[in-house]
Amino acid sequence: MKEGWEVIIGMEIHAQLATETKIFCGCATSFGHDPNTNTCPVCLGLPGALPVLNEKVVELGAKAALALGLEVQETSIFSRKNYFYPDLPKGYQISQYDKPFSANGILTIMTAERDEHGRAKEFKPMQIRIERMHLEEDAGKNVHEGLPDVDKFSYIDLNRAGTPLGEIVTKADFRSSWQAYDYVNHVRRALQWVGASDADMEKGNLRCEANVSVRKIGETGFRNKVELKNLNSVRFMQKAIEYEIERQIEAHESGEGVNQETRLWDEKNNKTRVMRSKEDAHDYRYFPEPDLQPLVVSSEFIAKIKSEMPELPDAMRDRFMQEYGLSFADASQLVLEKDLAAFYETTAKASGNPRVSANFILSELIRELNNAGKTATESPLSAENLAELIKTLDAGKINNNQAKEVLVEMFNSGKTADAVIKEKGFEQISDTSAIEKIVDEIIANNENQVTAYRGGNEKLFGFFVGQVMKASQGKANPKVVNEILKSKL
Amino acid sequence: MSIKSTIEKVIENAEKLNPTLNSFLSIEREYALNRAEELDQNQDDLALKGFAIAIKDNICTEGMQTTCGSKILHNYKAHYDSTAASRLKEAGAIIIGKANMDEFAMGSSNESSAFGICRNPWDTERVPGGSSGGSAVAVASGVVRASLGSETGGSVRQPASLCGIVGFKPTYGRISRFGLVAFASSLDNIGIFGQTSEDVAKVLSVIAGRDKNDTTSADVAVPNYISELSNEISGKKIGVPRALFGEGLDADVKNAVEQSIENYRKLGAEIVDVELPHAQYGIAVYYIIATAEASSNLARFDGVRYGFRAEGSHSLRENYYKTREEGFGAEVKRRIMLGTYVLSSGYYDAYYSKAQKVRNLIRQDYINAFEKCDVILTPTSPTTAFKIGEKSDDPISMYLSDIYTVSANLAAIPGISVPCGLSNEGLPIGLQLVGKHWAESTLLNMANVYEKEFPLNAKPPIFVG
Ligand SMILES: [Zn+2]
Repeated sequence: MKEGWEVIIGMEIHAQLATETKIFCGCATSFGHDPNTNTCPVCLGLPGALPVLNEKVVELGAKAALALGLEVQETSIFSRKNYFYPDLPKGYQISQYDKPFSANGILTIMTAERDEHGRAKEFKPMQIRIERMHLEEDAGKNVHEGLPDVDKFSYIDLNRAGTPLGEIVTKADFRSSWQAYDYVNHVRRALQWVGASDADMEKGNLRCEANVSVRKIGETGFRNKVELKNLNSVRFMQKAIEYEIERQIEAHESGEGVNQETRLWDEKNNKTRVMRSKEDAHDYRYFPEPDLQPLVVSSEFIAKIKSEMPELPDAMRDRFMQEYGLSFADASQLVLEKDLAAFYETTAKASGNPRVSANFILSELIRELNNAGKTATESPLSAENLAELIKTLDAGKINNNQAKEVLVEMFNSGKTADAVIKEKGFEQISDTSAIEKIVDEIIANNENQVTAYRGGNEKLFGFFVGQVMKASQGKANPKVVNEILKSKL
Repeated sequence: MSIKSTIEKVIENAEKLNPTLNSFLSIEREYALNRAEELDQNQDDLALKGFAIAIKDNICTEGMQTTCGSKILHNYKAHYDSTAASRLKEAGAIIIGKANMDEFAMGSSNESSAFGICRNPWDTERVPGGSSGGSAVAVASGVVRASLGSETGGSVRQPASLCGIVGFKPTYGRISRFGLVAFASSLDNIGIFGQTSEDVAKVLSVIAGRDKNDTTSADVAVPNYISELSNEISGKKIGVPRALFGEGLDADVKNAVEQSIENYRKLGAEIVDVELPHAQYGIAVYYIIATAEASSNLARFDGVRYGFRAEGSHSLRENYYKTREEGFGAEVKRRIMLGTYVLSSGYYDAYYSKAQKVRNLIRQDYINAFEKCDVILTPTSPTTAFKIGEKSDDPISMYLSDIYTVSANLAAIPGISVPCGLSNEGLPIGLQLVGKHWAESTLLNMANVYEKEFPLNAKPPIFVG
C-alpha cells in the first residue's frame, strides 16, 4: 500500500446453514434438482402461504454463533426486508434487523502478511469484533444462460429460495487484505468444524462481501466506502481488496474522489467495476415479520448446544502444542481440518510418539492424500495402522527411510505395516547372536583391516559396519551392529 | 332428502340471485354436486355433513379461483386448501362458491371489487358493507346458512350489521390464517357469517384451533361452542363505553343500540360504564399498521410468477410498474402508497413505531375495562347501509365506517355483530359485543340468547330459502 495511507475493511459473510430442509418450509435444500422442483406454496410465495421456522436452523445457527465467539440472544425478531426482484418471490426477504439472533462476538484469528510469492510471514493473533450473526432466507436464482431464447427471456429457479443463511457481520476491524483473507478462512473452517455449514465458496454456500475504504494515516473519520461483491473465492476476495485499495488511493490523490457504491470483482480482467451507485440504494423498509413469533432461545437450549460442541480448532491447536510438544506451525497445520486433527490424535495416542506421528502425517500422509485426492477420513491407511508403523520404527526394526517407503505401500494397498515390511524384506535383525555370527565372519575374513584398526586407524570402523550391513542385506540393526563390533574389535 | 338435492337447490338459488346481487364471483356447481353425491354415499357421522357454505374469494380453495376481488389475480386458481377450507371439507361441508369482496379486503362497501359491486338484499341501491360483502349477502339473501369472510378492521362485523345477520370475528390466533391471502397479517382473521349464532358456532367448532402451518395460531383449548350457546346470561356484566356514542352516530342506530342495552338488562345482565380512553386513535393507528403490512404483503403480486402481467413492457422495472399500475385498483394503490410511506427510512419511528405503541395502549384499555365487565357493547357500524357511490369519493368517511370495529382487531380480541332492529328506512342495525381473549363462547352465548328473545322478525325483500 502506498505510504501514508491505510485501508479499513469490514466483512459480511453469508453462510448457508447445513439443514436438510429450508428455513420456513419442508422443501429439500439439496442441489442439482430440476428447476423449481424443490418448492412449495411457502417458498414460492404463493398467496396465503405462511412461514414456519425450522428448528434445525436454530440449532445450527447456535452452533455457528458459538463457534465464532458470538452471544446467542434470548429473544430475536424476524423482520421483512422489502425489495422487488424476480428471484425474491414474496417481494421481501425474511431476515433479522434490529434484534439479531446473535451479537457481540470477539473472535481471535491468526493472521500474517504474505511476501510476493504469497508465503506467509509470521502468524500473529488478532482480535476481530463480530457485530452480529442473524438468520435469514436465501433468494432464488435468475438464470440467463443455457436455455431457449435467453436473449428474450430470463428464467427463474426457486429451488434455492428459502435456504437458511447466517449472515455474519464484522466491525471494520481489518487493516489489510490478508487479514480479511485469514478471517474468512477462519470462519469457513469454524463453520465446517461444528457442522453448521459446508462453507464451500465454490458451491456458493459461503459468500462474502467486503466493505473497503482508505484514509490517510492519522485521520479519524471515514471516507466513502465501496462494497465489493462477486468474490467467488478467498483468493479473489484478497485480490479484489488489493485492487480496490490502489484504485481508491489513486482516486483520492487525483482529486477525483471515491463514490459510495457497490462494485463487482471481474475475474477475467482482474479489476472491480461498478454494479450500482448509492443513488440506486434501496430503502428496505424493514419491519417486524408479523407472520412469525419472536424467536426465544432458552438458556437450557444454549447449554445443551454448548455441551454438544466439539473442541474448537484454536483450543485444539494449543492443546496439541502443550500435550504433545508440537510446534505452533505443525499444530496449526494439523487443525486445519477436523478429520485430520482427529486422525492425528488417534495416531499419536496409539503410537505413543506424538512428534513422529505429526511428522509422518504432515510430510508423508498429506502428500499421499493430496495425490489421491482424498481426505483424512477417506485414507486407506488407518490411524491405527500408521501407529503400528511408527511403533515398529521406534523399536528399531526398520529405519526412517524404510518406514516412509512402507507408509506409501500401506497407503496404496491398505495392508498392515507388518505385512508390507515382510513383503519388502525390511525386517531388521536385532538378534545379537545372529549379528555376532556375521561379525565373527567379517573379522576372520579381514585380518589386515583388523590389524590396522587395532593399530589406531579408527576410521576403519565404518568399513566394518558396511561389511556387516552388506552381509545382512541391510537388515541388521545398526545400533546392535555398532555395539557388537566395538566389543569384538 | 338427499344431500345432492339440497345442494342442487342451493346452487339454483345462488345462480338465480347472482345477476341481481353479485355476491358470488364463482359458483362451483360441478364440484358441489359431485361432493354432495360422495357425501350421500358416506356413512360417517360428520359435524357439517352436507352443509352448504360460501367462502370469501381471498381464502384459498384448491383448484378453485381465489382472486381477492382483484384484476391482478384474475383467473388465479389456488394450488392448495387453506386450513379453514380443508377443515370444513373434512367435516363434510360443501363449498358452493367464492364470494365477492372489496379488492384485497380493502374497503367497507364491496365497491372496490374488480368484478363488480355486490348489492344489499334489503335495498339493491345500497352497499352490503365490506370488505366481506359477498359472504354477507350470500347468507342474508338466504342462499346459505353460513359463510367465511375475513376481517382486518371489521370486514365481517360491519357487513353483517348492514345486512341484518350475525357476523363473528374470533380472537387473533383462534382460526388459522394459513391460506388466507394476507392484507395485514397482524390484524387479519378469518371470520364467520351466520343466519344465527348457532350457525356460527357450528362452523367455528370445526375450523377453530391450533394449526402447525400458522405459528401465530394459538395452542388454546377449543371449548364446545354449541353446548354453551344457551347458558344463562343473567348476572353477566356488560360494559358500555358511553363516550363513543356521540358524533357521527346515526340517531336510528343509537336508539336501536340503546334499546338493546335495555333488552339485555331485562334478560338479567348488569350494565356498567367503561372507558376506552384510546379508542379515538383506533382508526389512525389502524390505517398506519394495516397499510404498512399491506404494502409488504402485496409486493408478491408483481406479474412475474402468476396472475396478471401487463403487456408491452421493455424492462423489468417497467413490467413491475405497468403490472401493478394496471392490476391494482385505486383503493389498493392508495393503501400501498400510504404503507410504503410510513415504513420509509426516516418516517418509521414517527408512524409505524408510534402506532404500535398506541396499539398497545388500546389493548391495555380493553384489559382494564374487562376487569369490570364480561363483554363490551357498542354499535357495530355508525350508520346503516349507505347508497352505492355515496362514499366512494371520500375515503376518510368510508374509513370511519370501521370506527367501532377496528379496535377489536388492534387488541386481538373477539367480537360479534348481532341484528338488533331496523331503521326508519327499514334497514338493519347491528349491535356489537366484544369479549376477552379466547372468550368466544361468552359472545356466542350472549348473542344467541338475544336472538332468541328479541328476534329481528324481518327478512330482506330479496330472500330465498
Ligand atoms: Zn418450500
